[in-house]
Amino acid sequence: MSRIWSRAPSWVISGLVVPIASVLLGFLVAAIAIVAAGSDPSQAYLALFQGAFTNNNAFAETLVSTVPYLFLGLGVALGFRAGLFNIGAEGQFYIGALAGTFVAYSIHGLPPIVVIPLAILAAMAAGFFYAGIAGFLKAQTGAHEVITTIMLNYIAFLIVNYLVTTPGLMKDPLSRTPRTPYVDVNAILPIIVPHSRLHAGLLLALVAVPLVWFLIDRTTLGFRLRAVGFNAGAARAAGISVAGTMVLAMGISGALAGTAGVVQILGVLHAMSPATAAGYGFDAIAVALLARSNPWAILPAALLFGGLHNGASFMQLQTQVSSDLISIVQGSVIVFVAAPEIIRWLLRIRRKVAPVAITQREVTTPNA
Amino acid sequence: MHDLALMVVNIRASDIAVFGSQTLVTATPLTLAALGGVMAERSGVVNIALEGIMLTGAFVGFLVAFVTHNLWLGLIAAVLAGMLIASIHAILAISFFVDQIVSGTVVNILAVGITGVFYRTFLETQSVAGPGTLPVWHVPVLGDLPVIGQILFQNAFVTYAMLALVVIVYLVIFHTTWGLRTRACGEHPQAAETAGINVYFVRYLNVIFSGGLAGLGGAYFSLQQIGNFLPNITGGRGFIGLAAMIFGRWNPFGAFGASLLFTASDQVASRAIAFGVQIQPQFLGMLPYLLTIVVVAGAVGRAVAPAADGKPYRKS
Repeated sequence: MSRIWSRAPSWVISGLVVPIASVLLGFLVAAIAIVAAGSDPSQAYLALFQGAFTNNNAFAETLVSTVPYLFLGLGVALGFRAGLFNIGAEGQFYIGALAGTFVAYSIHGLPPIVVIPLAILAAMAAGFFYAGIAGFLKAQTGAHEVITTIMLNYIAFLIVNYLVTTPGLMKDPLSRTPRTPYVDVNAILPIIVPHSRLHAGLLLALVAVPLVWFLIDRTTLGFRLRAVGFNAGAARAAGISVAGTMVLAMGISGALAGTAGVVQILGVLHAMSPATAAGYGFDAIAVALLARSNPWAILPAALLFGGLHNGASFMQLQTQVSSDLISIVQGSVIVFVAAPEIIRWLLRIRRKVAPVAITQREVTTPNA
Repeated sequence: MHDLALMVVNIRASDIAVFGSQTLVTATPLTLAALGGVMAERSGVVNIALEGIMLTGAFVGFLVAFVTHNLWLGLIAAVLAGMLIASIHAILAISFFVDQIVSGTVVNILAVGITGVFYRTFLETQSVAGPGTLPVWHVPVLGDLPVIGQILFQNAFVTYAMLALVVIVYLVIFHTTWGLRTRACGEHPQAAETAGINVYFVRYLNVIFSGGLAGLGGAYFSLQQIGNFLPNITGGRGFIGLAAMIFGRWNPFGAFGASLLFTASDQVASRAIAFGVQIQPQFLGMLPYLLTIVVVAGAVGRAVAPAADGKPYRKS
């Protein structure tokens, strides 16, 4: 085995072999859980695959789920590059969706080309501000962003719950169930595949990928961001404003999460209820880790998670296996991505560089 | 304000007893999670896996109690399951130098998956009566004291255990050799290693103990509080426990006090609404989270973590 890998350049191993092997091993670990639960993994995975890709409209639905993962994954990845662990994507998704929904149901009579950007801008601003709180606290007081963003998640749910369930605020007076009024027809993102729910948000997300890559890899701000993420002390010595960069990085991360929220509303749900997000923001952490914070790699990672998300419900319907199985897949995939030594050992890939240097380069995660 | 004044006027001794008792009982899982956090973080390993460990403890504890019809076996199983899943965090964070937040997140995600899958297989369709809940032990004499007796001496096992563990963890951390070693590993692992301490061993054991404590905290939900398991039964209480640990400045008594403060604010919230105080329940619900942010941001005195907390240690 080792001879095959000795010729491969190191980026092939860390960029392709390790992630793909991680995903396969993730499915293998989950298969063990299926067997332990007394079901047949081949049937479960067949149903998962059918539900994700081959059933009627399944692929379009998978892409529908991929859209929020793309925006959220980009957001979390951007945070990682600046050394920030944004666990608050879920809350920023909520707050962004809330602001965008408010704009989209309040404005009437304007053409889509005006309303949709306005709603998205409102969501980005709200997400930026909400995540910016955590960035500001980290920069000013050293409060760890993991704790503050987790708390901000709970606060976001309660804010949304309050506004959406209280009559006279954002609750639709005509609706019995708690939700906002439906957005203006001109604010709804057009469907791009007939007879499906696949909306133009996919195109926006596909534009966001190169934009975020450009921002991180080709701009001064991106350079500062990576410098702070790599070594905050050195960045400060080089004259970079670490505090300002942290707030901006967290804010942009939140703006992307907010965009995910509003796009989900304008494209799929058309109104906001207390149960809008459904855990996309938490999954996004796994998306960003699997992509190793590379914006381009977010594409396949988000597609995988979109497929898992979409296929899981069909699998649960068809077999006795709970849709929570995909959490086992996700968890194990992150284990193998984050600890590539396990895969290197399994595939007998020898290290080419000193161990310390390798592990630091393998996973782009914040150095607390 | 008028409503609030009316509420205060109407308080009786029995209300205080119920209030205190509810505050203490609901603080049980928070405190146990926070104690777990203290053990792990004092040795230098951040443990955001507490939430997933509690969930696992709650599930395995209930499953074993359900199958064996023995709540005590369930309790032991919950502790062992907590230790087992915590060791995943330990292996990844200590031996593979995985970022501790990442490996904690892994455990949280895996716990949702494992409990969800096996819940559906083994428990969801069961209609047989469950194993019940842990009995309330009324301590003779002390339990008959007015107010205090009802709060402190009429509880079930996990709450008594929690009270004892606050003291035990405090003594272990601050008054034993093991505690000294633990703190050395959390403050300056290189120096600890030089002094002949096996940093990896100390960190491993502390993370595994931490898992046992959080696992017991999980058993509170399924075996003491409701006598059943439901998916995501812990509902983020592990994270609040972590916040209580920070609020309590990595000190067992501080963590206990912070947990009580969080649950007392919950109790005030639910009573205020029952008394018709004009305040939205959602705002009161935000209190613990806002408090946590304020505390972490250092507004109420600065919370200083152990110096090497969260930093992987590599032997050089």
